[in-house]
Formats: sequence, structure tokens, C-alpha cells
Amino acid sequence: MSLLEIRHLHKAYGDKTILKDFDLTVEKGDVVVVIGPSGCGKSTFLRCINALEEIQGGEVLIDGEPIRRSAKNISSMRQKVGMVFQSYDLFPHKTILENILLAPLKVQKRNRSEAEAEAMELLERVGLADRRDDFPRQLSGGQKQRVAIVRALIMHPEILLLDEITAALDPEMVREVLDVVMSLAKAGSTMMIVTHEMAFAKAIATRVLFLEKGEIVEESCDAKAFFEHPKTKRAERFLKSFEY
Amino acid sequence: MDWDVILSYLPRYREALLLTLRIGWQGVAFSLLTGVLCAVVIYLRLPVLKTIVGGYIELFRNTPLLVQLFFLYFALPKIGIRISPQVCGTLGLGLLGGAYMAETFRSGLESIAPIQTESAESLGMNRMQVFGYVLLPQAVSRSVPGVVANVIFLLKETSVFSTISLMDLMFTAKDLIGMYAKTIECLTMLVVFYLLMLLPVSLLGSLLERRVRFAEFGD
Repeated sequence: MSLLEIRHLHKAYGDKTILKDFDLTVEKGDVVVVIGPSGCGKSTFLRCINALEEIQGGEVLIDGEPIRRSAKNISSMRQKVGMVFQSYDLFPHKTILENILLAPLKVQKRNRSEAEAEAMELLERVGLADRRDDFPRQLSGGQKQRVAIVRALIMHPEILLLDEITAALDPEMVREVLDVVMSLAKAGSTMMIVTHEMAFAKAIATRVLFLEKGEIVEESCDAKAFFEHPKTKRAERFLKSFEY
Repeated sequence: MDWDVILSYLPRYREALLLTLRIGWQGVAFSLLTGVLCAVVIYLRLPVLKTIVGGYIELFRNTPLLVQLFFLYFALPKIGIRISPQVCGTLGLGLLGGAYMAETFRSGLESIAPIQTESAESLGMNRMQVFGYVLLPQAVSRSVPGVVANVIFLLKETSVFSTISLMDLMFTAKDLIGMYAKTIECLTMLVVFYLLMLLPVSLLGSLLERRVRFAEFGD
């Protein structure tokens, strides 16, 4: 059984189709990078996977079980999928540590000292242990994004969705966040990454999806080959636009 | 200005201040409770209840407190419901204030970006957890300026209590003027006593605003 299976996914806003008859299977340990021009539906695609978006057709299966917005088990299904957003979206009224602990304590009802020990270990790993009692506003964008990653990781998700997580960052902060993601990939985490950082995409991807107008135009299991010699003209044109 | 007169009136003003404060704060507490409950109902779009709450808010926001008090005090007894002036005052103030507080909390809730809800949901939180742990605390701190303004407004509105024979500050001033015609002294004392009641509220309010702003949004 695959970790994530998407069958005939159809997503539309009114009569505007965003994703057309989408199929995808993700296995444990895959790092799927999703690229494509803006407006091609990549973010919407990620948001469908943890049912933040209502879907109009098809289904999304995690460990063979469907995830549906209005289903009773939505909370436990969502815990299998971690998500990090472009704008970090930490809870501004809570300290860094409280941001991380909120869901483990309230949703998973974990024991505080055990969860706190793990939170500190994770914060240590992203180099922010000394900021545990600060508020999000006291951190830089890159630091906030690393906290957001920790907040998702502590739930032990089976797959992590990263939605343009460096797009709002100053260039010098992009690196610190990407390094964290790279170390997760090396540790065997399953991830789906929407990004415009092509060099990073090439380095981290085990699979690449190139999307345009809500469809998979090109799919490759060899990231290096895709980025150097894309098979389709559209992908080639898109990759060219990143060169000077 | 006759200082002896002022001194001799002081005890009556003090009594009136205490009464005004007591009913005022009871009304404010009642309005905060009503306001939060109504805002929750509207925000979560609870069926049926949201229609009732919507009607309540429009009714009480669009009629003067004076009219509401007359209704409670003079009309209800005609259908056999008799309540004391003090309860009328608290109830009237609480219902009027509840409508204002509900709107303040609602706009506080709506000012929070939807992505806060989404990031909480993506951590597996259910609707009530998102509301209680993420939205409400932020909405409350964003509502502080509006709530402080409402509290001051409500405490000032107590001046219409005199019409249902509650011996509040306004009643006392009018009564003393009627009896002794020391108009300037009585009205000056009235102003001073309202300031005594409301200035601390304003000051505390700004302190509170700065505190919650500091915790949440920086200096």
C-alpha cells in the first residue's frame, strides 16, 4: 500500500477548473518536488492533500484511507500530513515553545514533559533552542519558518507538505531553511515540496512533477535529467526562464 | 462657588457614585458575557441561534437605552413581570452593551487572517480547538480598544437611570438642584464625579491595550 495515493482528483472553483483528473502515488521516502508557473495549481494541489480544500471529484488516500474535509476522522487523518506554509503562520499570541506544544498537548493529548523534551530536541536541531520563550514577532522570517517546520514535525507526520516555504524570505535566510529541509530528506522523511528554488529542487528531489494549467505536463524520477534535459518543450521553456 | 454647599452635598454624591458604579459594572460584566456568547454564535454560524442573535443585536443597537429601560420598567409590569429599578438598570445596560460587545468581538475575530485557522486545522485541531486556542485569544486582545470604548460608553449611559428613579449621579444632581437651586455647584460636582468614575477606566484601558499589543504585535 502506498503512503499517499491520489486518484482522479478534480478541483474547481465554480466553473473554473484548477486541477484536472490528477493521479499520483507517493511512496515512503519520496521527495516529490512540484514546480510550474504561478497559477498552475501547485499550491491548491498541496492543500487538497490535507483537505484544506474541498475537492469536486476523485479521492486522496493516505495509507489506503480516504481523507475528507467533513469526515469524522479528519483530525487523525490530518495528523498524518504535516504542512508548512509560505507565510509561516505561527500563533502570534504564543511563545515559540507554546506554538510547538499546542497541538501535541491538545490534539494528541501527550504528556507535557515528554512533548517538551521532544520540542527542545527539535529546536536544538534547527538551532533555535535559546528562543523557546520568545514570541514569533521577535524572530526573523527564516527563524519563524524553522519553528513552523518543528511545529509540523513534532506531530510525527508521515508526509510533510512544504508550500513555497522560502518564497517570503530574504535571500540570506533562504539557505538556513533549505538546509533544515535537506537534512530531513537525508533522514528519510517523505515530502512534497512546492518551490521556485530550482537549484534546491534539483538537489533534493527524488521525483519531479512539472505542472501547467492544472495538469501534470512532465513527470520524472531522475531530477538531474529533468533539470538538464527536460523532455517537453513547456518544461524546457519554464526552466529557461530561471536563467540569465 | 459655595464650598460649604459642596462639602455638605459630598455624602449624597458619594452614595450616588457607589450605586452608579455597582450597577454600571454589573451591566458591563453582563454585556461582556453576552457579547462573547453572541460573537461565538455568529462566527460559528450556528443555525437558528445566529438568526436570534442577529435580531437581538439589531434591536438593541438601534433603540436608545432610555426606551429599553422604559420598556423593562413600565411595560413589563403590565404583563405581570415586575422587576426592581436596579435589576432593570443592570439588565438594560447589559443587553445594550451585549449588542455592542458582540459586534466588537466579531470584528476582532474577522480581522484574523484565515490562514491562522488553516495552519491550526492542518495540525489536526477541530473547530472548537481552533476557536478556543487560536482565534479567541487573538480576537480578545485585538478587541481590547473597542471593549474599553464600550465600557466607557456604557458607564456614561447610566445617566439615564434617573428616569426609572434610580438614585444615580444624574438623579442626585437633578434632585439637589430642584431642592436648593445651587445649580453651578451641583453640576460641577456632577462633572467631577463622572470624571472620578471614568478617568481611571480610561487610564487602565490604555495600559491594558499597551500590554496586550506588546505581547502580540510588538511595541
